[in-house]
Amino acid sequence: MIPRQVRVKKIFWETEDVFTLELVSEDYPMSEFYFRPGQFNMLYAFGVGEAAISISSDSAKKNSILHSIHKVGYVTNALSKLKKGDVIGIRGPFGKAWPLEEIKGYDICIMAGGIGLAPLRPSIYYILKHRKQYGKFTLLYGARSPRDMLYPVELEQWAKKHDIHIETIVDRADSMWRGQVGVVTELIDYAELDPERTRSMVCGPEIMMKYSIDELKKNGLNEDQIYLSLERNMKCALGFCGHCQYGPSFVCKEGPVFNFSKVKDIFEIREL
Amino acid sequence: MEDLSGVLRNHPFIKDLDENYLKQITGCASNVLYHENDIIFSEGDEAVQFYLIRTGKVALEINGREKGNVRILTMGPGQILGWSWIISPYKWHFEARALEDVRAIALDGECLRNKCEEDPKLGYEMLKRFSHILEQRLQSTRMQLLDVYKRG
Ligand SMILES: Cc1cc2nc3c(=O)[nH]c(=O)nc-3n(C[C@H](O)[C@H](O)[C@H](O)COP(=O)(O)OP(=O)(O)OC[C@H]3O[C@@H](n4cnc5c(N)ncnc54)[C@H](O)[C@@H]3O)c2cc1C
Ligand code: FES
Repeated sequence: MIPRQVRVKKIFWETEDVFTLELVSEDYPMSEFYFRPGQFNMLYAFGVGEAAISISSDSAKKNSILHSIHKVGYVTNALSKLKKGDVIGIRGPFGKAWPLEEIKGYDICIMAGGIGLAPLRPSIYYILKHRKQYGKFTLLYGARSPRDMLYPVELEQWAKKHDIHIETIVDRADSMWRGQVGVVTELIDYAELDPERTRSMVCGPEIMMKYSIDELKKNGLNEDQIYLSLERNMKCALGFCGHCQYGPSFVCKEGPVFNFSKVKDIFEIREL
Repeated sequence: MEDLSGVLRNHPFIKDLDENYLKQITGCASNVLYHENDIIFSEGDEAVQFYLIRTGKVALEINGREKGNVRILTMGPGQILGWSWIISPYKWHFEARALEDVRAIALDGECLRNKCEEDPKLGYEMLKRFSHILEQRLQSTRMQLLDVYKRG
């Protein structure tokens, strides 16, 4: 699959090391970039390489797409240096989406950590837009420090204007911070989950997901009530090369969103 | 006046506790109220009580000396503040500050320790409940130490 060219409409920094690219296309109709919440694109920084990046915008908005990117290595560094008007390559969208149809009618508990909120943001938009089709809606979000929190203004607006219970927490803070300090798993106490009625979507660093899933299980959720998004190194993103193999699955095709019961055995072997 | 045993029974920490034990614990309990920014206890003070938080939020801070006060944890309704009352030499290792108005039930440590000594079954029940909290805090501290959100 050959990358299509897209143009950077805007680049802005969300935190010290996370930035968001707004991408538009003049050569292709934007409907070709239609995606479902949870899917990802392969972004190609010319001359440097490709990286798998989830789409973090509202899937109902058709004019542009957003990608929030943590600057960690070669490709993401190159992407962070882009300017308005620059062109990059894009392939996608790829992968399985969050099961937003399947979980209609249930209470939803989203647990996100760090950049893990980005792949979940399209689901949040979707649920808020179809709010009546879901039960109680809770978002538990943990970040490294107050300055590392993604989308703080939007979080505040959601909490004010919509029927969603949001709890945020940071690992560390000075005494000026008025919010909560600790780890994301501690927020479950405030969620008052009804385990039978709840479906949970979890995304963040693997170790954060491990602890979160343990805590959800302690609160009575079964493994098949939990969905998570996994990251593996990607190359083709088409299910050919095997780079993203995770046990018997290829994350690019069968994931990145999995029902936890399907990946549980291998997820637990890989734990720290 | 609020019925203390009724309030206690509804707190998650006391959930499913035998009525007889509930009565004994109620004998050590009192209602307390702190205002925003009040210091509930300070590092090094004697741990005479612990608290079942009913409403409001509390921050635990360590004095990081030249680093200033470091906030390590915040707690809220349904949670337990303090375990130093159960472990000799019964001194607080942190400072606890009310981030907003806080209503809590204070349990007198010495009173409860005496009851636990007299009735080891009650003592064991308390230890089981506190071990669970300690295990949770240890896990949280591990997760904080792992600095899981840092990359690169
Ligand atoms: C399905 C999916 C969705 C994703 N969604 C997102 C998203 O929305 N946002 C996002 O930010 N990321 C996302 N990722 C992760 C992203 O793909 C990777 O972070 C990205 O590929 C990194 O590429 P890079 O070239 O910048 O880093 P690389 O250079 O490949 O480095 C990757 C890691 O290796 C380390 N590293 C680099 N060079 C060295 C070296 N010489 N020695 C030791 N360690 C080194 C880096 O510090 C970094 O931790 C997603 C991944 C997947 C699979
Ligand atoms: S990236 Fe090639 S098979 Fe998944």
